[in-house]
Amino acid sequence: MVRDSVVRIGLVLPDVLGTYGDSGNATVLRKRLEWRGYRAEVVDLAVGEPVPSSLDFYLLGGGEDRAQTLAVSHLTANPGMQAAAGRGAVVLAICAGLQILGHDFTGTDGVTYSGLGLLDVRTTPGTGARAVGELLTTPDPALLATSMTGFENHQGHTQLGPNARPLSKVVYGTGNGDGADGAYAGHVVGTYMHGPVLARNPEFADLLLGWAIGAPLAPLEIPVIEQLREERRRAVQAMANRRKRLLKF
Amino acid sequence: MDVPSGHLDGELPTRTAAAVAAGNLAARLSKVAGGAGGIIGGRVTLALDPNALARLCKDRTVALVTGTNGKTTTTMMLAKAMSVIAPVATNHTGANMPDGLVAALSTDPTAPVGVLEIDENYLPKISDAVQPAVIVLLNLSRDQMDRVGEVRHTERHLRTAIARLHNTTVVANCDDVLVTSAAYDAPRTIWVSAGGNWRGDSTSCPRCGMRVHGGATDWYCDCGFARPTPTWSVVDGKMTSPTGESVELRLRLPGSANEADATLALAASTHLGVPLRPALERIRTITGVGGRYTTLVRNERVVRLLLAKNPAGWAETLPLLAKSPDHPIIIAINGREADGRDKSWLWDVPFERLAGRTVIATGERSADLAVRLTYADVAHQHVPDPYQAIDSLPPGAIELVANYTAFRDLKSGLSNGS
Ligand SMILES: [Zn+2]
Repeated sequence: MVRDSVVRIGLVLPDVLGTYGDSGNATVLRKRLEWRGYRAEVVDLAVGEPVPSSLDFYLLGGGEDRAQTLAVSHLTANPGMQAAAGRGAVVLAICAGLQILGHDFTGTDGVTYSGLGLLDVRTTPGTGARAVGELLTTPDPALLATSMTGFENHQGHTQLGPNARPLSKVVYGTGNGDGADGAYAGHVVGTYMHGPVLARNPEFADLLLGWAIGAPLAPLEIPVIEQLREERRRAVQAMANRRKRLLKF
Repeated sequence: MDVPSGHLDGELPTRTAAAVAAGNLAARLSKVAGGAGGIIGGRVTLALDPNALARLCKDRTVALVTGTNGKTTTTMMLAKAMSVIAPVATNHTGANMPDGLVAALSTDPTAPVGVLEIDENYLPKISDAVQPAVIVLLNLSRDQMDRVGEVRHTERHLRTAIARLHNTTVVANCDDVLVTSAAYDAPRTIWVSAGGNWRGDSTSCPRCGMRVHGGATDWYCDCGFARPTPTWSVVDGKMTSPTGESVELRLRLPGSANEADATLALAASTHLGVPLRPALERIRTITGVGGRYTTLVRNERVVRLLLAKNPAGWAETLPLLAKSPDHPIIIAINGREADGRDKSWLWDVPFERLAGRTVIATGERSADLAVRLTYADVAHQHVPDPYQAIDSLPPGAIELVANYTAFRDLKSGLSNGS
């Protein structure tokens, strides 16, 4: 991609999948491009409007059961994002967004709903308490060398099939519920991390932006982000200490 | 509506009277020991008599005030308004869970009116127990989500609780989609157009999940759920009552959020039989609420303390800050249990509007805020200690916006000359 063209980032259904500050991920992507001299545009893809297949990046945020079924029916009727993913556009889905990218998900009402089938995952309600708190993970080394930090708030238990790989291994927190957090296949990525995830994990943001642009990006030096990451890691270590657990990351 | 005359101590059921006496004693001892007093007394009373709340409310006219933002302010306003016609027991200190309510009612056992601020997640339990004459529903938006679950769950619990109250009138802000949904099934409602700058939590319909169309005063959903016609309204400080009478509120508290709260309080007090003019006169005497809007001085810095603990609170605060464009701004963010540990909501606040102002990020979670301000292209200093942040600015006026525990600590710290 040449620098003159505009990187277009779609915020998918922000009016229903909009909780927990996840729209901040779009802000992070746009600013990280602009600071490097690229032009970027964030497009709100609202319910009831067609979903273009021409964007470079699609973001799905968290939401509750009803928002999920509404999102699936809208995105099934307007399959622009799926078409874009088929040609390599980047899709990042958070929490409820991750769940709807899978084959199906079972709501708290016990009903199983069809998903979009973009990721080889299925989600059922977890049996334990709601997972609420800091989430610290070690990502797949094929993707990233630095730890990932976020905040999770969900009840889902997500199982991966053979065509999806776990995004990261859980060091602290719950994630998918089986020791891993999230899933990816090609340029389609899902995670349980809010925070927002891209604000807390700049290397992850740049990895995805590199995919969207077609070339790796040079790092940006923003010391306060490193300070925030260190602070969150220390907070997690302090909580683990209270449970007499030593964390390895 | 008739307000029952006050009852005497001796008229309380013996067990409650004894429990209240024990609770009051515990509160006095706790105050002597330097504690907060009230809540400990309430806990003792509740432990001795689990039905104390119901019994303490039995012969009173009770109004409950709930919502995400403005509970303490509206409770104080309604208590002031009701005091025109009768003594009032109230918990305007923000102690809004069952033990705090029992404590407030126990200290005023003979007041015939109770005006109680209730945590929105406790409302169902408390309204079942006290069968209030009135519930005032202010607004519902995300707040401390990691602690109490999503706001839409809260709305559904409120809806169910309100639908089973057959003798309660609900005074509700119909410009707020979630509040309207919570109050919609109530047998009796008084709708108030109280406005609101924040629509982030109600763009999808709480009844069917589809998109809600329109703005605060004309919203509707294709499923048929739509904004009811209000009988009370407030626009730019001018309030209109059901008789068509228009009154300039002229509050001493600043901003549209306080005008909204005053209108809701007046709708409730009018329903409970208080004449409008004297009620408003009493409300106008309020100059600060729990230290909010008051200015405190430290080393020639005149610090105005503002509370904003969620995106809806910030939607009201940003216009206030815009009115003093020359004042530097300190933003203090903590992340303790009472604040909510999840700071994602900072990304739902349009801090971009502070570009060009002098801004300092402070507090225990100031790194989260500093990252947010960085991405908002707002030049700022990052000074985690709030007192150092104040001292780093030149003498003069400062706007200090803090979330819950940061506000509480700074209020007492600055008052005590820290
Ligand atoms: Zn609807």
